[in-house]
Amino acid sequence: MELSDLGPLWLTLRLAAVTTLALLVIGTPLAWWLAFTRARIRPAVEAVTALPLVLPPTVMGFYLLVLMSPDTALGGAWVRLTGDTLSFSFTGLVVASVVYSLPFMVQPLQSAFEAVGRAPVEAAATLGAGPLDWFLTVASPLAFRGYLTAMVLTFAHTIGEFGVVLMVGGNIPGQTRVISIAVYEHVETLDYAAAHGLSAILLGFSFVVLLAVYAMNGGRLARAR
Amino acid sequence: MAAGLRIDVRARLGGFGLDVAHAFALSGVTALFGASGSGKTTLLRIIAGLEDAADGEVSFADEIWLATARGIRVPAHRRGVGVVFQDARLFAHLDVAGNLRYALRRARRNGPAPGLEAVAAALDLGPLLARRTGALSGGERQRVAMGRALLSSPRLMLLDEPLAALDNRRKAAILPYIERVVHEFGVPAIYVTHAIDEVAHLADRIVVLAEGRVAATGDLPEALERLDLQPLTGHFEAGVVLEVRVTAQDLAHRLTHVDFGGQPLVMPMLDLPLGAEIRLRARARDVSVATERPRGLSIRNVIEGRVAAIALEPDTAFAEVVLETPGGPLRARLTRLSVEELGLGVGQPAFALIKSVAFDRRVLPRGPGQAG
Repeated sequence: MELSDLGPLWLTLRLAAVTTLALLVIGTPLAWWLAFTRARIRPAVEAVTALPLVLPPTVMGFYLLVLMSPDTALGGAWVRLTGDTLSFSFTGLVVASVVYSLPFMVQPLQSAFEAVGRAPVEAAATLGAGPLDWFLTVASPLAFRGYLTAMVLTFAHTIGEFGVVLMVGGNIPGQTRVISIAVYEHVETLDYAAAHGLSAILLGFSFVVLLAVYAMNGGRLARAR
Repeated sequence: MAAGLRIDVRARLGGFGLDVAHAFALSGVTALFGASGSGKTTLLRIIAGLEDAADGEVSFADEIWLATARGIRVPAHRRGVGVVFQDARLFAHLDVAGNLRYALRRARRNGPAPGLEAVAAALDLGPLLARRTGALSGGERQRVAMGRALLSSPRLMLLDEPLAALDNRRKAAILPYIERVVHEFGVPAIYVTHAIDEVAHLADRIVVLAEGRVAATGDLPEALERLDLQPLTGHFEAGVVLEVRVTAQDLAHRLTHVDFGGQPLVMPMLDLPLGAEIRLRARARDVSVATERPRGLSIRNVIEGRVAAIALEPDTAFAEVVLETPGGPLRARLTRLSVEELGLGVGQPAFALIKSVAFDRRVLPRGPGQAG
């Protein structure tokens, strides 16, 4: 395998890590809200959150591409702020991945919070713990398995994405050329040996990660979803 | 008494509305008594600040905890109320010591705070400290939950049927702990229950809740003797609480002699010093009535008195007779036929034959802060 192929691998891992961290910050409060709110708009928010599960990645990617173009409010503001376009950049790829992987973070967390329930949190409040305190010291540790599941699924799903990346990011080495794009290009150019190499790395990596989580979780991953 | 917990709230319940206006005395134990679904737990959650859907006002001493008209709603963690939940609600990710320290670290700083050692000693938690919460029995969980609530230095303890999930033997083992905690640490408590024996054992006063409303209130033991509590407390458990003093210990026969308003009673031996003041409970179904002092009877406890009231229970074979005696009233449950055949009438002298009495609790000397 050529050394240039390690670029996409590294970029892919970086993208998955940044996306997972960003979704941890965004997804945790959203999942908590969905788990316990009695607001009427909850079903609507749940539906929007689950959209990436059913929409073809190309459709998602298309909308994101349109949204990120410098002609729109979002894309224009980004250009004025950073001097760079959001589309066809690593940042744009992170934004797209965050949207695309949102249900993989939110749904396991929501189930985990629902399983923890309000009971231990109420107990903590009566002992003098404020909301941030009880969230960090009671709700989160009790939902630990949910966090583990959510983070692994988000990470793995981001690594495996293709359609959205292709639409939003294109194929710029070091910027947006992730592993799935690289494999696709190798196949297009009939370089099966390189495609085999990268694919094997991805296959092996994915299996090892999932195996580790299932082993740690005692087979509870599937149920936690 | 300066401090009081004043409540004037309304909330939606399943089949009816909760509508309670009551001032709770903040000393000793107040039993919040009622059937399941009467709104006891909801009221407790409103006091603790855990129920969002309540309207009205709650104030504690000079602090306002809830005033929905003015948009005031003090969150649970700022109220300083310790709650012992029916299901204990220990933190599963911490061991017993971790649960206790969780409360200790967040304890209110003003005023004397009970230490970990004192609480662990009072509740015999020492052997449990290193245990995981999942490995505890139901009774142990409740002891840890009580200890945890105490360590947060609460100004008020709320106990929500802490014994409901336990069998009778375990209940009997836990009751003394609850009693000890309340009296040793001097935290006023509201104790929710639907078991009248727990009320008699622990409480200084009772608030009866029925269908979301306060149906009756009163101090113990007098409140338990009033006939108007009867439909709520149930015939089976109806009875009176007697305050007696230990006068002699008969080691040979394993009996304890007590004085009940100048008349003697004997009961299976209690390990108490002479002169100890205790409460006994005599259930109405364990008391019979005679119009003459009986002879040749195995029942040893015969108390002389006068018929104060007769209440016939419609549509049943039974009647309740209240005898006024020098030591206090006694209640007897007889058949209506017996009442007729004995020719019982109000004002008439009569003798109560007590088949058995149950030891309820030691009457503890009342401190200056405690209401009588």
